[in-house]
Amino acid sequence: MSTRTSSFLAVVPAYNEASSVAGVVAAIRERAPEFDVLVVDDGSTDDTARRARETGAIVVTLPFNLGIGGAVQTGFVYALERGYEFMAQVDGDGQHEPAELRHLIEVMSADPSLDMVCGSRFLDGNSGYAAPIGRRTGIHWFAFALGKIVGQRVTDPTSGFRLYNRRAIALFARDYPHDYPEVEAVLMLHSHRLRMAEVPVRMYLRDSGQSSITTGRSIYYMVKVSLALLVGLLRRHSVVEPGDPAPVSAPRGV
Amino acid sequence: MRLGAQIASICFAVFVFGVVFEMVRRRHLRERYAILWLAAALVLLLLAAWTQLLRVLASAVGIATPSNAFFVVAFAFLLLLVLHFSTVVSRLSDENRVLAQRLSLLEERARPVDDAQERGDAAQPDVGEPIRDRPARRIRAGSRP
Repeated sequence: MSTRTSSFLAVVPAYNEASSVAGVVAAIRERAPEFDVLVVDDGSTDDTARRARETGAIVVTLPFNLGIGGAVQTGFVYALERGYEFMAQVDGDGQHEPAELRHLIEVMSADPSLDMVCGSRFLDGNSGYAAPIGRRTGIHWFAFALGKIVGQRVTDPTSGFRLYNRRAIALFARDYPHDYPEVEAVLMLHSHRLRMAEVPVRMYLRDSGQSSITTGRSIYYMVKVSLALLVGLLRRHSVVEPGDPAPVSAPRGV
Repeated sequence: MRLGAQIASICFAVFVFGVVFEMVRRRHLRERYAILWLAAALVLLLLAAWTQLLRVLASAVGIATPSNAFFVVAFAFLLLLVLHFSTVVSRLSDENRVLAQRLSLLEERARPVDDAQERGDAAQPDVGEPIRDRPARRIRAGSRP
């Protein structure tokens, strides 16, 4: 059984985005028609799944809220099992512009050694994205730290607007961070010798709903991701490789 | 605090920090659940190493012996950790209940396929036949060995 009609899959993680998810799916259909659309309803309590299904997208409903990492990883596993060559992530809140997917595809097909192409809000300077100062400081700190680690300029490490090829899909289907995954994912790619590039894109401030990042959580965000970067640096493989102990393995000894 | 006790406290805090960090590195502990442990170890290390701070803290809350203030802080962190893990256990048990319900509903939905196979309808290669009138509930054929 396969519903695959193309080798491109757009994954739309959506948590309580009933008011915007249909618009996002319609925009992908219209402006990036080569993509199959998979909406991952991350345990929403509103009409997200029904609205998404009405647009004709494939909808996977998680039994409870897993958070953005778990939702997107569902997309990676789906793409891997159904044999998609490329997967894009487009957030369900409407902040990403599906027409820009074309740029990501162009860059990736121009250089086949690239495994991930990431849309950046800060690459060309005039993107018009006005985030609160606190958030921008956090983004720039991670951009700085990641740039030092991976030895490559990274301008927007928290952007979720990304295109992955088969190798990156297989890697992240195996292991993907649970919460606030984008920054760590760049480190994971690097430590598995996969390559990434950034492309300037426009992004909108959220259509509706609440960002998952509030003040209290942003402190947790900073601490957690910084810790994860530090620990990830000290791991031999930041993603489990064939032959390593399973990511969830049985207890041994005490 | 006496020097011996101070050295012991510093060693203890460093040990806890090291063990928790190594457990995260080996994926036995998720970052999310390690942060509170690491914070506890860091605060205890600070108090053990910086005796003046411990003394100020002790006199501020009226504890005569500074080392008792150390124990109070350690105890407060333990309470906080236990409370944190209680909320985690609550969430996990809720999720577990939801998973069990979803699994049993899915099994019930897959039963027509299983029954067809047991009756020997295997001569018909398409085991999805009995539920063909329910297109929204397609079940992957051959998912059982």
